[in-house]
Amino acid sequence: MSFVLGRLGQTVLVLLVAAFVSFALFRYVGDPVNNMVGQSASLADREAMRAALGLDDAFILQFARFVGNALTGDFGMSYRFGQPVATLIAERFPATLELALISMLIATGLGVPLGVWTALHRDHWAAQALMAASLIGVALPTFLIGIALILFFSVWLGWLPSFGRGQVVAIGGWSTGLLTTSGLRALVLPAVTLGVFQLALILRLARAEMLEVMRADFIRFARARGLKPRAIQYRHALRNTLVPVVTMIGLQFGNVFAFSIIVETVFQWPGLGLLVIQAIQFADVPLLAAYLVLIALCFAVINLAVDLAYVAIDPRVRSGAGVRRTA
Amino acid sequence: MSALLSVQGLRVEIARRGRAMTAIDDVSFEIAAGEILGVVGESGAGKSVTGTAVLGLLERPARQAGGRILFDGRRIDTLDEDAMRALRGKEIAAVFQDPLTSLDPLMTIGDQLTETIRTHLDLNPAEAVERAARLLAEVGIPAPRERLASYPHEMSGGMRQRVVLALAFSCEPRLIIADEPTTALDVSIQAQILDLLRAMCRERGTAVMLVTHDMGVIAEVADRVAVMYAGRLVEVGPTASLLAAAAHPYTRGLMASIPDLHRRDVELAQIPGSMPRPDAPVPGCAFHPRCPRALVRCASERPPTFTVGASEVACWLADPVARSAA
Ligand SMILES: Nc1ncnc2c1ncn2[C@@H]1O[C@H](COP(=O)(O)OP(=O)(O)OP(=O)(O)O)[C@@H](O)[C@H]1O
Ligand code: SF4
Ligand SMILES: [Mg+2]
Repeated sequence: MSFVLGRLGQTVLVLLVAAFVSFALFRYVGDPVNNMVGQSASLADREAMRAALGLDDAFILQFARFVGNALTGDFGMSYRFGQPVATLIAERFPATLELALISMLIATGLGVPLGVWTALHRDHWAAQALMAASLIGVALPTFLIGIALILFFSVWLGWLPSFGRGQVVAIGGWSTGLLTTSGLRALVLPAVTLGVFQLALILRLARAEMLEVMRADFIRFARARGLKPRAIQYRHALRNTLVPVVTMIGLQFGNVFAFSIIVETVFQWPGLGLLVIQAIQFADVPLLAAYLVLIALCFAVINLAVDLAYVAIDPRVRSGAGVRRTA
Repeated sequence: MSALLSVQGLRVEIARRGRAMTAIDDVSFEIAAGEILGVVGESGAGKSVTGTAVLGLLERPARQAGGRILFDGRRIDTLDEDAMRALRGKEIAAVFQDPLTSLDPLMTIGDQLTETIRTHLDLNPAEAVERAARLLAEVGIPAPRERLASYPHEMSGGMRQRVVLALAFSCEPRLIIADEPTTALDVSIQAQILDLLRAMCRERGTAVMLVTHDMGVIAEVADRVAVMYAGRLVEVGPTASLLAAAAHPYTRGLMASIPDLHRRDVELAQIPGSMPRPDAPVPGCAFHPRCPRALVRCASERPPTFTVGASEVACWLADPVARSAA
């Protein structure tokens, strides 16, 4: 329990640091007043604006206000779109999150079993073919995979859409594409494109870890105890393999968010990635600041989930013995 | 008396860079029911490989290239994997060197005990738990029933090796391969674990192949001793006569360096030089480059095994022809 509380404390700290960076970005990149009132405003207008924004207050006070506003979801107005940043993000976030989660689901769901299988059947031709394929999967640039998939499945075969999100359904402010056929069909190519690299990486790590665990003393002793190969491989080896694999999957989420910007561009996927590219082009600082905080929040939540997974898998963490392996 | 374990002309090869090196060469010995055979020799002599071969657990790049292994009169080195597995843990159990790494860190010791028990014995879960608790009590673990729910990391090294012993004895095996069961432990705990092992074996009539670096351990618990050198057996005999009057020059050198023997990879004080490795075999007697009493023929002719009193000795000095001529 104290372990979880400690983790929560760390999470809050990380979020505060992220908020600080994004506040500094907001406050000191360019002149907020200039950005809001435009070049033609009079000096008096500017002074009034400064006062209204509280830009003359003490630094700490301004930061506290920024955090307070952020907690209520208020990140100000987008320079470019003239809408509240929170609204813009709320519209786009579900698309990116669904894309990221589904692609990680594909990558994990295939990568772990395939990695374990290739480790257990090292000499099988299919295992060697998988290893070769995974090397390609690690090396190929994401946009190339996307374009190749579009060419093949959309242009030549005409089976799947090459852009957009299809039909979405709103459930309490969350627009999901997972409940309509067209939404699901639209998700396939982007999710696969985003997942290929992760799949290859997870497969290779699961294989390497499994091979290492199979050489461990306790596996040798399990053999000497006469246990059945199935029990040795799954009850003992696989569980021990999962500890580092779960860590890496958690860490990879960051990459998934980063790469989703590329995938969203290739597939015109209406998610945060596309929004951020526009925000960068127009130096839309409030939007960027909010994006930063949101990504930090996602990271924090995933890290917390990974830690909880540890608690479930590894008794050494539970008792705080701290033999935790980090990738 | 027919032997419980009979190893005959065992030969193990290890493939390295396309070449087969001979790690174990023509090793023969027997262990009677209830007997404790100590196996000694320098690091790399082939003690662990021999034990692994008996367990049928040799893995690439090592493989049995010759000889026979009989257990209870039945040949076991040709059994298929399923049949051998049924024997392992049930009739032939093992205790390895490092208790810290012998147990699965993610599973309670109770679960590890019951899974072993239920693999080999036809017991229901409740009976298996009952047996597991009894075993923990027998190996001297306090509050055994509560301890079933403990994970390995919650126990000390000595306690863990007791758990490993409980696992080894869980199905009443007739032979235990104990490969340096106390080397990784605190000196203060080594004697306790050794006493426990011996007491449990004597009580049940379990035979042991006890691999060790420690001549003191041999003197204390072994009925007979086998001395290995460079993949071969150089001398096998009753502990008492071996300690009092070893026939083989290598064994004598070992005895002379008793206090230092447990220090691995340290040259034996009384025997300058080092043991040949499997990738650079020595013709004739493998010991001849270091032997203070080597004869001319030792460099080219490999000594067969001669019987001297109750011992078997692979040394030309023990050749009755030579002795009678002298
Ligand atoms: N898996 C392996 N691959 C390559 N060589 C091996 C392997 N296992 C054992 N050997 C070699 O076989 C020889 C005998 O090794 P073994 O482990 O049986 O020695 P040992 O007598 O048990 O030594 P120690 O006292 O250090 O445990 C050594 O030369 C070792 O290098
Ligand atoms: S056979 Fe020769 S070299 Fe070998 S131990 Fe005997 S005397 Fe020494
Ligand atoms: Mg060894």
